[in-house]
Amino acid sequence: ALGEPLSWFFWYRDSSPKPHLVNRFCILLTADIISTVEFNYSGDLLATGDKGGRVVIFQREQENKSRPHSRGEYNVYSTFQSHEPEFDYLKSLEIEEKINKIRWLPQQNAAHFLLSTNDKTIKLWKISERDKRAEGYNLKDEDGRLRDPFRITALRVPILKPMDLMVEASPRRIFANAHTYHINSISVNSDHETYLSADDLRINLWHLEITDRSFNIVDIKPANMEELTEVITAAEFHPHQCNVFVYSSSKGTIRLCDMRSSALCDRHSKFFEEPEDPSSRSFFSEIISSISDVKFSHSGRYMMTRDYLSVKVWDLNMESRPVETHQVHEYLRSKLCSLYENDCIFDKFECCWNGSDSAIMTGSYNNFFRMFDRDTRRDVTLEASRESSKPRASLKPRKVCTGGKRKKDEISVDSLDFNKKILHTAWHPADNVIAVAATNNLYIFQDKIN
Amino acid sequence: MSQKQEEENPAEETGEEKQDTQEKEGILPERAEEAKLKAKYPSLGQKPGGSDFLMKRLQKGVWGIISYPLSLEPKRVLGMKSVEQKYFDSGDYNMAKAKMKNKQLPSAGPDKNLVTGDHIPTPQDLPQRKSSLVTSKLAG
Repeated sequence: ALGEPLSWFFWYRDSSPKPHLVNRFCILLTADIISTVEFNYSGDLLATGDKGGRVVIFQREQENKSRPHSRGEYNVYSTFQSHEPEFDYLKSLEIEEKINKIRWLPQQNAAHFLLSTNDKTIKLWKISERDKRAEGYNLKDEDGRLRDPFRITALRVPILKPMDLMVEASPRRIFANAHTYHINSISVNSDHETYLSADDLRINLWHLEITDRSFNIVDIKPANMEELTEVITAAEFHPHQCNVFVYSSSKGTIRLCDMRSSALCDRHSKFFEEPEDPSSRSFFSEIISSISDVKFSHSGRYMMTRDYLSVKVWDLNMESRPVETHQVHEYLRSKLCSLYENDCIFDKFECCWNGSDSAIMTGSYNNFFRMFDRDTRRDVTLEASRESSKPRASLKPRKVCTGGKRKKDEISVDSLDFNKKILHTAWHPADNVIAVAATNNLYIFQDKIN
Repeated sequence: MSQKQEEENPAEETGEEKQDTQEKEGILPERAEEAKLKAKYPSLGQKPGGSDFLMKRLQKGVWGIISYPLSLEPKRVLGMKSVEQKYFDSGDYNMAKAKMKNKQLPSAGPDKNLVTGDHIPTPQDLPQRKSSLVTSKLAG
C-alpha cells in the first residue's frame, strides 16, 4: 500500500518474507559534494545542489510499456549554475557558492519554480520546457540574419514545428543583501506568496514578487555581542497555517511564532525544550544538543528535530518534552572527544518524514542512514555505497557493534569512516522512494513492492 | 516514547587510560570523554557555548586581523569547528587560494596571530605583506 512502511520493517519477523529496499536506480554524481536534496510537491522532480553552486534536477520517468522496468527511474532533466563564488571587498567576506538549501514552489503552470540559496543570496529559478520552434519569420532568415525589409514581397505566418525537448533554467528573481550572517534555511509559506529566509541571528520574510524589500520577523542579535548565547540553526513555515513558523537554536530549543501576534516575532508563542538532567551535563552537552534540522510533519500536528545523536518528534500541543526520541548512533557518545577533535561533532545532519508521517529517516556516518517506523517502533540501519547497492538487489540491514564481541557482518565503532557522512536525505512525498546523498554520490532507493 | 539519557556501559570504551577517570566521573561516558579532552587541552575553557564560540561561527569566511590570545589555538578556546583562515589582505587571500588549488596547505605563519589593538604596532610586529604573484579571477 502506498506510504505504508510495513515493507521496510517487517524484517524482524521470521515467517514473513523479508522486505527490501531495492536499488532501482543509482545515480553517481562525482562532480562535487552534494549539499542539499529536495523532491518537489509531486515527487516527479528531484533537485540537488552542490558545493560548486550547481543545481541538478532529475525527473522521474513515466510508465512506459516498452520499458516496464524503467518506471520510477530518475534521469537528469536540467543542470544549471545557480550561484557563483563572490568576494565582498567591503566587508572582507568570502561568499561561498555552495547551495545551502533548495525549496520548490507548488506548481501553478507548465513551468517549475524553485528557490535556491547560498550563504547570502536567494534566487528564484524558472525551469521550463521548450519543445516547439517557430519557423518562417518574415524579418529574419532561419539562421537569424535580418532580412532586408525592402526585399520582402510577401508575408507569411510563422509555423510552429516540433524540436528536441530543451529544458531551460532562468533566474527570475534575485533576493540579495538582506542577510548579514549566513543563511541556513529557506521555507515557502502555504500561502504560496511569501517565504522566509533565516540566518544565524535573523529571519526575514519575503514576497516572491518583490526583491528590493524584505521584512525582518525575528532578530535575536543582542545589543552587546558579548551576551550572545545562541544562534538560529533552522527555520520552517507550518505546512498549513500561513501565520505560524518555527525556528531552532544551537541550545536545543525550538520556538514557535505566530505572525499575527506582532510584526516582530522576538517573543515566541510556544517554547519547546526537553528538560535536562543537570547531573549529566558535560562540556559536550550543549554542542550535541544543538539542533541541525527541524521539519514539520505533513499533517502539521508534529515537528521533528535532529540533534547530534538523536531525532526527536514533538507534538505541537506539548512544549515540555518530545513525544518520541529515536537514537541515531548512541554509540558515538563514548567517542565525543575524538569527534570534537576532528570537528565531526559539528556536522549538521538533516531529517525527513515519509508522505504519511509514519516513518522518519536521517543520516549517519560510514554512509549509513537510519529509518524509524513510528507505528511499529522498529528501526533499521542501511548503507548507501556502490558495493552494497547492486541494481535490483536488496539493501542489507547493517549493525554497529559496540561491545567486545563482534558478530559476523557487524562493524565496530572504531572501524566507522567518519568522512563518509550522510547529511542530506529526502523522501518522496507520496511513494516509498528515497534519495540519499553520500558526499558526491546520489543514491535513489525504491521499495520493491512499488 | 521518551528516552532518558542513560549512558552506555563504560566497559565498552576503548581508551586504555580511562579506568581511573571512569571511576572518578561515575558511569557517564560523556564525562569520561570530557576528562579525556581536558587532559589533552588543559587550557580549554569551561563554557563552550560562550559568546566567543558563537562569534567565530558568525564570522566564518571573514578575513582580516582578528585578535585573540596568543597562548591558545583559536579552536580550542572557542570550541567550534576549525576557524577559516585569516588573511592579512586580499593579496594574501589570493595567494592562499592559489596554494590550496595546488593541494598545499596555506601557510599560516605565527605572525598571523599577532595581538593588535592592545599596543601600538611597530613595523617589526606586523606580518609581511606577500606580493600578489597570482592574478585572481575576482580582480577585474
